[in-house]
Amino acid sequence: MAGALNAALADALADDPRVLVFGEDVAALGGVFRVTDGLAQRFGETRVFDTPLAESGIVGTAIGMAMNGLVPVVEMQFDAFAYPAFEQITSHLAKLHNRTRGKVALPVVVRVPFGGGIGGVEHHCDSSEAYYTHTPGLRVVAPGTPADAYLLLRQAIACPDPVIFLEPKRRYWSRESAELTTNGPGIDSAAIRRAGTDVTLIGYGGTVGTVLDAAEAATAEGWDVEVIDLRSLSPFDDATVSASVRRTGRAVVVHEASRFGGYGAEVVARLTEQCFHYLQAPILRVTGLDIPYPPPKLEQHHLPDVDRILDAIARLQWDDHV
Amino acid sequence: MNGRRSDETVEQVRPGTAHRERDAAVTTAATDAARIEGLLPSQTPLQLIDPQGRPTAGHGALPPPEALRRLYRDMVVGRRFDTQATALTKQGRLAVYPSSRGQEACEVGAALAMREQDWLFPTYRDSVAIVSRSVDPIEVLCLLRGEWHCGYDPYEHRVAPQCTPLATNTLHAVGLAHAARLKGEDTIAVVLLGDGASSEGDTHEALNFAGVWNAPVVFLVQNNGYAISVPLAKQTAAPSLAYKGIGYGVRSVLIDGNDPAVVYASVREAVEGAAAGGGPTLIEAITYRMEAHTNADDASRYRADAEVQRWLARDPLTRLETYLREHDLLDDERAAAVQAEAEEFAASVRERMNQDDELDPAELFEHVYARPTAQLVAQRQELLAELGNQEDA
Repeated sequence: MAGALNAALADALADDPRVLVFGEDVAALGGVFRVTDGLAQRFGETRVFDTPLAESGIVGTAIGMAMNGLVPVVEMQFDAFAYPAFEQITSHLAKLHNRTRGKVALPVVVRVPFGGGIGGVEHHCDSSEAYYTHTPGLRVVAPGTPADAYLLLRQAIACPDPVIFLEPKRRYWSRESAELTTNGPGIDSAAIRRAGTDVTLIGYGGTVGTVLDAAEAATAEGWDVEVIDLRSLSPFDDATVSASVRRTGRAVVVHEASRFGGYGAEVVARLTEQCFHYLQAPILRVTGLDIPYPPPKLEQHHLPDVDRILDAIARLQWDDHV
Repeated sequence: MNGRRSDETVEQVRPGTAHRERDAAVTTAATDAARIEGLLPSQTPLQLIDPQGRPTAGHGALPPPEALRRLYRDMVVGRRFDTQATALTKQGRLAVYPSSRGQEACEVGAALAMREQDWLFPTYRDSVAIVSRSVDPIEVLCLLRGEWHCGYDPYEHRVAPQCTPLATNTLHAVGLAHAARLKGEDTIAVVLLGDGASSEGDTHEALNFAGVWNAPVVFLVQNNGYAISVPLAKQTAAPSLAYKGIGYGVRSVLIDGNDPAVVYASVREAVEGAAAGGGPTLIEAITYRMEAHTNADDASRYRADAEVQRWLARDPLTRLETYLREHDLLDDERAAAVQAEAEEFAASVRERMNQDDELDPAELFEHVYARPTAQLVAQRQELLAELGNQEDA
């Protein structure tokens, strides 16, 4: 996936001279996850450059650059390291278009590696999507596969709205041969990754792989599972997801972030409003625990896994499985 | 003025130049000392016209007479605008108004020292600067009137939206100015901030970015003594706010913010220096807010009347008027004409503010995203249906 993201940045830089890539360690080092590897060498240090270590400064200057016609793609090194930039993101990046009655557009992409599963120490594994999705004016997307990482990042850079681009760290090194293309579902769309008839599993980012594994394992239990990769967390693709849940009548939402007040609550609420009369069972959530992200040797207890997802499916009031 | 690094004013403007320059500088103590000297502000605020309206010796050349007369005109109009806006709060026409009475030298001095192609990044207190930048006063008051957040097109006069969160605009200014250099544009940014904003993290990140990038930005700190009620002594332990530039390699200047001539000359020098590749400047202008923080504030709870009286004697308008009259640049006739112009300006503001424009609730949904989302399209229909039902009832 890191390679797909790198290719997306390289192609965007080559296609549009307004595109800039900057952040801490993105130039000579190529980023701590090597997502920007080789870009400074290829495009020069006026297009791809290192900044001082200051997240608010990175986002705040990106806003000014976008006001002056450039298209900045900036990197926050880790999810929790983005918090110093929160004011710039919520008060300005999200709102300038609105405050100026549409006169100022901010086509800024903020890349945030998010989530755990890599044995990282504290402040390196947060899932901060709910903070961003709760902010009107921001688009929030998260790719779940390498091919989609390329497509979504190209779409995010081309989008006239600011985009928080959440990269699932644990999928950086996933090796799947994929054709990198800009043809595919739009930036607002969810994707059905696996068709099924009995239950809809909904995941995004780092949980897409887990959900697909769970769907495969569920086959042995006799369940035919449909898997939806949300891709776009904000806006939410009501049409695709509701249609799936109406077909299957059952749904489980899976994310790594804590449950209380989490993103899954929004998904469940929307589906309940839209699909209530089609539901065979309450919609369940399989999520991280309501704790700060745990230390690496205990993170397996926090993260949703295949067993937990299968347990949730089993609780969906199946008459023939009791 | 106090010594721009003359040998560096036409240095190469690529990013990274300042950094290499600094690497080289640390190798020789002599270069270091010269560099530090070039960054240091003066011990006392620079002045070109003293509070009695007399030119001061040894601080540099006064701006040309035409510039001084324009300063006078815009300051008189600006003060009248400020008084009018304050009156409009009492009539309920404005939700709130943060007066800048007493700070006209900074407001107008900064606006007039800029070139047409430069960008101004104001705060909520800088309405007079924006008016001086030729933005329609009704559009300037749109935010405070409660009709929309920013009433003007930022690109039309190159004025960013008035910024309410403190110091966040400093970073926008650095970004815009740096982008201008990357694009090869002859554009610089002037960002306005106050003494309170100098304590915010973003000011420090902005000064640091501007220093490292050698960005063409002028930071004008209007030090009016109070951040709402908190006095400068509780804001900083620094000898002066101008010292905050030094740690970031940003040349720093300390001036008398009630002297319109020195504000104009200092900002103009910093603008021209930045445009020539000389990098950022931090200017601390010592001034005073004669009114309360806003019409909702009670300034008598935190400052003594005697202090306000002392500052009234330093009124920037009186100072410039005295100078102009004593140098035959202003007579009664001309002063009366300017006053009449200000009255006309205020009357027009009053009249236009008395009109209630019809607001379109559907507009609430139009500018959230450049590409509307399905959710907002649906909410728009819900609200319009709700309003339609109310009308039917």
